[in-house]
Amino acid sequence: MSAALALLRRDLARLLPGTQGGGTLLPLLFFLAVAMLYPFAIGPNPTLLAGTGGGVIWVAALLAAILPLDRLFAPDLEAGMFDQWALRGLSEELVVTVRLIAHWLSFGPFVMLAALPASALVGIDGATLRVVELGLLAGTPGLAAIGIIIAAVTVGLRGGGAALAGLLVIPLAVPLLIFGAGALSTGGEGGLALTAAISLVLVAMAPFAGGAAIRAAREG
Amino acid sequence: MEECHIRATDLACRRGDRLLFAGLSLALGPGEALQLAGANGIGKSSLMRILAGLARPYSGEVERQGALALLDERPALDEHQPLGKALNFWRGIDGGEALGIERLGLEALLDVPVRYLSTGQRKRAALARLLGQRTPIWLLDEPLNGLDTHAVALVETLVAEHLSAGGIAVIASHQTFALPALTRLALAEHAA
Repeated sequence: MSAALALLRRDLARLLPGTQGGGTLLPLLFFLAVAMLYPFAIGPNPTLLAGTGGGVIWVAALLAAILPLDRLFAPDLEAGMFDQWALRGLSEELVVTVRLIAHWLSFGPFVMLAALPASALVGIDGATLRVVELGLLAGTPGLAAIGIIIAAVTVGLRGGGAALAGLLVIPLAVPLLIFGAGALSTGGEGGLALTAAISLVLVAMAPFAGGAAIRAAREG
Repeated sequence: MEECHIRATDLACRRGDRLLFAGLSLALGPGEALQLAGANGIGKSSLMRILAGLARPYSGEVERQGALALLDERPALDEHQPLGKALNFWRGIDGGEALGIERLGLEALLDVPVRYLSTGQRKRAALARLLGQRTPIWLLDEPLNGLDTHAVALVETLVAEHLSAGGIAVIASHQTFALPALTRLALAEHAA
């Protein structure tokens, strides 16, 4: 347990925005930049903006979740950290679980926070914002889990791994996007519940899929 | 020190299509040390990873009792962190007090980020990590690389003390390692 806490402290110090370890505000600024550019691109039509704004926030959240992927596992594998953890009997599954929590904490809450100014920029109303926020709360853990799995699977690839990871995340995130952003048009609880269900499945799967991928990369 | 031994029977290791070594057996008990010698690429590091349980042998098996620590070319310390903090992370996992910081001459470096350390300093930092782990079995992969003569003597003393306390050391090095009662295993003999 104390080992898991030590791992979490280290992961947060590396991943949280604004920490010295290279965790940056970049994904969040990126998220806000998309929301800011959207009205310029689509034109100042309030009904059109309000109708599509929620969906844009979702796409921006997905892209913000992709940015930190190359820093999730590759540096630790190269530095031999995973070897040292394995020697101490800390399983890859434990390390991946802790990192999933740290990865979500480093972008999930911040994206939900940044959705407030973003909603003003794209001009959506209070009721829609509520559905967006609830949807993000239900969906971002799933996005984090997909990111963790993909980052672990591509960790052994030299060079283009980061770009490939980003590409691989997108199709897997489609179900989350359909139900999460779909809840906006129906305004229903059903979409949110399904988003949360998909997230739960992904979060439950991520430690085992990610752990197996890291182990394969280490033994290879 | 707790009871320990490490035994390998009939190990073979394959890299791609190439058989690095086969039919390799070794057995070490408390207080015993083994030096693996041989040319570059002969499979010393691969054998170390197999002994550590980090890689699977092509055939054969490794059996050991007692915890094991590995020192290789990667210090496994966070590059952007000051050395003190990077070592503290491992201390948080291994528990207990830091060992050997002064003997290894690291006090003055504790505030320096790991990425600014020289090769020899990194090696000494990794040795501090290894000491803090307090395991009976040490696997040292090229422990003398980048060390000056003073530090080399220090490492030899540390290993000698570890052995007299009942520990085991496996040392992969092409350099001479001054240690009384050191068995040598030249890997070339096993090449197929």
